[in-house]
Amino acid sequence: MNFDFSDEQKQLRDTARKFLAEKCPPKAVRAVIEGSAPYDRELWKGLAEMGFLGVAIPESYGGTGAGHLELCVIAEEMGRALAPVPFSSTVYLAAEALLIAGSEAQKQKWLPLIASGEAIGTLALFEGRGNPSPQSIKLAASNGALDGTKKPVPDAAIADFAVVAARTGSSGRDTDISLFLVDMKADGVAAKALGNIDPSHGQAEIVFKNCKAEPLGSAGEGWSIVAQVLDRAAVLLAFEQVGGADRALEMGRDYALDRIAFGRPIGSFQAIKHMLADMYVSATLARSNCYYGAWALSTNAGELPEAAAAARISATQAFQHCAKNNIQVHGGMGFTWEFDCHLYYRRANATALSLGSLSYWEDALIDRMRKRNAA
Amino acid sequence: MNFDDSPQEAAFRAEARAWIEANAPKEFEAELSKASLGRIRLQKHDIVEVAKAWQKKKAEGGWVCLNWPKEYGGRGASAVERVIWQQEEGVYFKLTSPFQIGEGMCGPTLMAFGSEADKRRYLPRIASGDEIWCQLFSEPAGGSDVAGLRTRAERDGDHWIINGQKIWTSGAHYADYGLLITRTDPAVPKHKGLTMFFIDMKSAGVEVRPIKQANGMQEFNEVFFTNLRIPDSQRLGAVGDGWNVSLTTLMNERMSIGARLATGFNEIFEFCCNLVTEHGLAIDDRATRSKLAQWAVKNSGLKYTSMRTVSALSRGDRPGPENSIGKLVSGAMLQDIAAYAMDLQGASGMLNDPATAEAAGQFQAMLLSSPSVRIAGGTDEILRNIIAERVLGLPGDIRVDKDVPFNQIPTRGR
Repeated sequence: MNFDFSDEQKQLRDTARKFLAEKCPPKAVRAVIEGSAPYDRELWKGLAEMGFLGVAIPESYGGTGAGHLELCVIAEEMGRALAPVPFSSTVYLAAEALLIAGSEAQKQKWLPLIASGEAIGTLALFEGRGNPSPQSIKLAASNGALDGTKKPVPDAAIADFAVVAARTGSSGRDTDISLFLVDMKADGVAAKALGNIDPSHGQAEIVFKNCKAEPLGSAGEGWSIVAQVLDRAAVLLAFEQVGGADRALEMGRDYALDRIAFGRPIGSFQAIKHMLADMYVSATLARSNCYYGAWALSTNAGELPEAAAAARISATQAFQHCAKNNIQVHGGMGFTWEFDCHLYYRRANATALSLGSLSYWEDALIDRMRKRNAA
Repeated sequence: MNFDDSPQEAAFRAEARAWIEANAPKEFEAELSKASLGRIRLQKHDIVEVAKAWQKKKAEGGWVCLNWPKEYGGRGASAVERVIWQQEEGVYFKLTSPFQIGEGMCGPTLMAFGSEADKRRYLPRIASGDEIWCQLFSEPAGGSDVAGLRTRAERDGDHWIINGQKIWTSGAHYADYGLLITRTDPAVPKHKGLTMFFIDMKSAGVEVRPIKQANGMQEFNEVFFTNLRIPDSQRLGAVGDGWNVSLTTLMNERMSIGARLATGFNEIFEFCCNLVTEHGLAIDDRATRSKLAQWAVKNSGLKYTSMRTVSALSRGDRPGPENSIGKLVSGAMLQDIAAYAMDLQGASGMLNDPATAEAAGQFQAMLLSSPSVRIAGGTDEILRNIIAERVLGLPGDIRVDKDVPFNQIPTRGR
């Protein structure tokens, strides 16, 4: 047994951390949040050059073929740096959907473009309020044309293509849902950016009007593909969340060491120490759940659905907890635009919802545990 | 990253499994599998006697104190092999509690500070369970503030005369030996005037009085010393170096707990899968599912944290203060889980006679025992201080008594 990343994977983490510290300081995140660009193009290009965009894409499709453990390592660093690029939508959602269900031609066309940073992809799943479910998908596909609206869709306003979940039947079963691949430059598709609590990642609405689309995967298999993509993305996003949680904890710790009040560093008061200790506990539990998720993801283990839900719940809460209490440790300064605390608070709370909310994953975890117990 | 046994580990697991299959006291398996916090006892047998018999048998087969050197009664096994053994031992692990303080704390301290003769004399008998050890640290005036202890040891030629009182001593009523920390110099600041000894608990001058606990059980004790006379050869470490010696003991405590902490999760999950309430199965209820999911991820988080620790140990790292999270998380879980399981039972949740209570009264027993988990072996508050100071590097609390000679620290006459 070795329940840890390998030395090579740890080296990759150090490389990624160094690269992001240089290319993605808080100033770069702020540039996107304050509206000067929809995402950091230079950083995106740099990530492609480093081979980070194609780390889990096989060499035959233009990636480095390193694997999903390596992608987990990079995800953690992306979360830590709050990288303002469409990494999660392109790499965790679109690329994973293509790898699971894409035809040879689709993979040949899009995966090399993803790896080289020339294509941004996304998954158009949600249609307004609510969590992922086949029943919530109303957008209709008939004769290869899509009609309807998706929102919120991550990074849709800057995407080159989208994987779209659409209704192709009305039997009331999961098999009513099929996936389609849409070129965002096609006729009949229009994306419009929507305001969201974390502007370092865009959210948008896409309106489809008689939009020609090619199927992705077999008809009626859409929901089963979406479920797999969500589980895989849950693990990867959980690593981003753990990276963010760790950074928020460090910021709180550093401030508590530096700030003097009542004639002593505020980190010497037990009220502050215990708050930071509790943040460390949640971040540690989340990290351990994530490691198990990484193992399940990288080995395609039968345990993946349960491991993914546990990692997602644990990491969501750890990031929210650390980001919230980081502001509290900072006091009034933590509530200023100038300090970076709110960047983590925004990201923590947006990420908590982006793949389905906490209660959705809690439900999923309990269902999956019961299934295992019954077996 | 993998959970696979290496060929050597797989061979070790197979050997352990076969040995347990052939030797375990199967007549107690059913009863032990139902035992949970606050209820580890057997209906018709004295659990200490059953535990001693199992320990003895394991010692004969070479399956005790696995990571100790062979010459001291151990097996010379690796950290990973020790975990494999624990996994295979399963419910019979519940029979090891009388020996855990000896194996996890007293033995390692003796190994670090005892003479070669003492190590050969005492360690193999700790391993075999022939002699049980207890740890005499806490005092009425020194719980979380262990270094505030007052039990005096005064030199008398080649001997020491000991007077004072310890408290919260688990197992003192059946222990043969004890690891004892005393104050030998009250004129220096509190951490500097301490000295460690080991004593024969059956000596004249040692009196053990059981304490009836809040949950009605009696597992720990007060221990009184009246002119207890011990030879200087029973001193461990230098005179005045007792605090450092105790840190070795406590660091090993962190290694011995952690791996197999009870959280109550498996118990409440099973309970909710089967409980029919007026609204249907408990596990179909939205609020219950949310709570179960919260506990589930803490439970798995602890499990995988301890696996990460084992991986680090097998690389040769030392157990660090980060292991403090285990008890901090599991203690609160036990208390919350017990209360919630009883909430689901409604008014009948008040009942705790195993014959008539819901789930044979296991959650009631858990509720009444759980406060002790959050106190014993370092309170939640002390553990948070340890994490804050030793893991996160925050400043220590301002200690007004740190540089004051012990006999000048104000006590308000208590």
